[in-house]
Amino acid sequence: MPGADKETDLSERIESFLSELKRCGSGAGSLRGSAETARETTALLRRITAQARWGNAGELMEIIRKEGRRMTAAQPSETTVGNMIRRVLKIIREEYARSRGSSEETDQQESLHKLLTSGGSSEDNFRQHFTHLKANVIEAINELLTELEGTTDNISMQALEHIHSNEVIMTIGRSRTVEAFLKDAARKRKFHVIVAECAPFCQGHEMATSLCKEDIETTVIPDAAIFAVMSRVNKVIIGTQTVLANGGLRAVNGTHTLALAAKHHSTPLIVCAPMFKLSPQLVILLYKNYFFVLILSKVNAHCPVFDYVPPELITLFISNIGGNAPSYIYRLMSELYHPEDHEL
Amino acid sequence: GEGKELTKEEKQRLRKEKKQHKKNKKDDRGPPEKEKEKEKASVPAPSKPATQSPAHKAPVPVNASASESPVAAEKPAKSKAELRAERRARQDSERASKQGKKEGGQQSTSSKPKATPNELQPVVKRLPDHVQVDDPVALKKLAKKLERQQVPLRSDYGYKVSLFSHLHQYSRKNPPTQQISIPVTVIHPSIVRLGLQYSQGIIAGSNARSVALLHAFKQVIQDYSTPPNEELSRDLVNKLSPYISFLSQCRPLSASMGNAIKYIKKEISNIPSQCKEEEAKRILQECIDSYINEKIILASEAISKYAIEKISDGDVILVYGCSSLVNHILCEAFEKQRKFRVIVVDSRPRLEGREALRRLVKKGIRCTYVLISALSYILPEVSKVFLGAHALLANGYVMSRVGTSQIALVAKAYNVPVLVCCETYKFCERVQTDSFVSNELDDPDDLIVTRNGKTHLENWQTVKSLGLLNLVYDVTPPDFVDLVITDLGMIPCTSVPVVLRVKNVDQ
Repeated sequence: MPGADKETDLSERIESFLSELKRCGSGAGSLRGSAETARETTALLRRITAQARWGNAGELMEIIRKEGRRMTAAQPSETTVGNMIRRVLKIIREEYARSRGSSEETDQQESLHKLLTSGGSSEDNFRQHFTHLKANVIEAINELLTELEGTTDNISMQALEHIHSNEVIMTIGRSRTVEAFLKDAARKRKFHVIVAECAPFCQGHEMATSLCKEDIETTVIPDAAIFAVMSRVNKVIIGTQTVLANGGLRAVNGTHTLALAAKHHSTPLIVCAPMFKLSPQLVILLYKNYFFVLILSKVNAHCPVFDYVPPELITLFISNIGGNAPSYIYRLMSELYHPEDHEL
Repeated sequence: GEGKELTKEEKQRLRKEKKQHKKNKKDDRGPPEKEKEKEKASVPAPSKPATQSPAHKAPVPVNASASESPVAAEKPAKSKAELRAERRARQDSERASKQGKKEGGQQSTSSKPKATPNELQPVVKRLPDHVQVDDPVALKKLAKKLERQQVPLRSDYGYKVSLFSHLHQYSRKNPPTQQISIPVTVIHPSIVRLGLQYSQGIIAGSNARSVALLHAFKQVIQDYSTPPNEELSRDLVNKLSPYISFLSQCRPLSASMGNAIKYIKKEISNIPSQCKEEEAKRILQECIDSYINEKIILASEAISKYAIEKISDGDVILVYGCSSLVNHILCEAFEKQRKFRVIVVDSRPRLEGREALRRLVKKGIRCTYVLISALSYILPEVSKVFLGAHALLANGYVMSRVGTSQIALVAKAYNVPVLVCCETYKFCERVQTDSFVSNELDDPDDLIVTRNGKTHLENWQTVKSLGLLNLVYDVTPPDFVDLVITDLGMIPCTSVPVVLRVKNVDQ
């Protein structure tokens, strides 16, 4: 039966994706960027929408939620997976509302009255069957995919608005978004980049060699020299792993020190983060990785992978939809995700 | 030979005339004698105030007086030494006459308060050579001086970041000892060995370097024999100059080493001329031993005593890198049965924290080890931060291993008290506000590392726009530091110039 084949094919793909996620997490550092993960997740969700058996929107959402829980459990630190799932769930809700005819987009709990009256009614709303729902949802997911493909370019296009000539820019570790951002600016302007190497994985070295290929004046410094050198830096531009709901960051370790040093010298801290990194989580989980094999077994070693940076230390977020202050992030979040999807 | 003698005598004559002229002017004006002595001292422009005679209470200011600087600049070294000898003889005689004057009442009380205003007069100190690498004139002068002293000149290595083009950057693979011919005639072998140990990083750390230096000098003094027609107090100081140049070529001198050298030179020049050679050597050896004992060993005992009062049971103490003093304090506290645990923070590329970790764990202290990028992660658990210092500057800034200021910054953000432990012999009169102007650049190749089988920076020299920066020191502003523990007691960071003043008056 073609249906059964489709299903086994689908479950095979899901399994391979899950094992891929698990493998990524156990290596030293991520083997692929979050943009790729986001694209693959969205493509997989499109496939689920197309090939899985579902009768109405509610069932589809249940399937996606179930798969989503499995995916996030495979690699809890990779938040883009969860973010894409929530985006798709929001897409389904919107398409459903559009099919039903009501303007669900404006029903965003704007007023206390709406909160009180529309409380319990959304529960059974997703049981209705619509023939074109599948096609609409797949089309919307395709739009999401195009948006994902263009995020890095959208961010890089804004580079010239933020970098002037003869600037000294500081960054830490390796972020593909920041790399593209700086390379784009380097086509028209001359400036100097200082890269903090970010021990122990030293991704900063890769970043430096990559920037040098575009003839950008780069200097590699060890993490200990961040504060010493900060007084001569004009801007700090960093990437991040996740943007949290309060406008804070979960970024590679060492970023909090960098942010504090920038605050001390009143240097603006700019975060280049595409919208798919925005996560409705407020709780931080820091993952430990016992990296060094020490001669003495009586010693504890800590090697956290991520740092939490509070929103007060951040000046600006540059995303594919433009620049925003950290205080505005919660509004963007409410546009991207439905509050009921915050917990998968 | 002949030519030199002539110019020397001409110059002597010129100077004598000038002095007569000035004397006449002064007899008319009648200002204190101090000024004349000061001007005489300023003429050969000594780079280290160690050569001052003990009559001066205030540090000798090098007044760039217009009439004398052109003369000073053109003079070759040998004649300088001869002139200095002459000047000293004159100063001795004047000192004697001044003693007589002092007995005569009023002058004494009026000269004393006039002594202190000397410190407030504008002081133009000579800029040390190691921060003038971008000045070709200074480099030429240095090269000439080293050639004269038969000390090899070390060449810079690798691309230097433009912000630091005024500093040297050497490679560990080319130590200056390779350029010395064997057998070495000018430089004592223990100094050669010491220089090699410095340049390869075998001896590192402020206290270790100073003690090694003093021991090497003891050996030098032991093997020294006064040549005929020379005085030990003058010739020995001259013998030490090429050694010091050689050592600073191997690795720039630290503030503690500078103070130790000043002390030795002072002690040597204080040796009375009628003292026999054996006796003089014995005195000098004793001086050096007592310096090490007082300023380093006993000082660390005193600092431990004060610091242990600040350690309470249940504390979680954070230390950075390997400071011999802080390690000593922690070991002492552990012996006195204080219950605490230690978090050792380490940083690339030196990874000195591993040495500290070894020492502490050997004692039995419970330790945790992190890299400096994990600082914000573990600081919430920390109750106190103990830091060592390389030098304490006169404006209250703490000069220490790079990364110290970062630790102090983050500790301040988390409201954790920061205590700096530093002996008084490391206090120095320099002032500095950032880590750029006067620093040391270590071998840039140290930053290269292999991760996941890939060495990204292997060919950094071939890439045109890539630079590696390996700083050694940084300065911590005093508002990050809560307390400085010294052998004189516990002082705030801003009291450093007070201690310096007290020390100067004592000397």
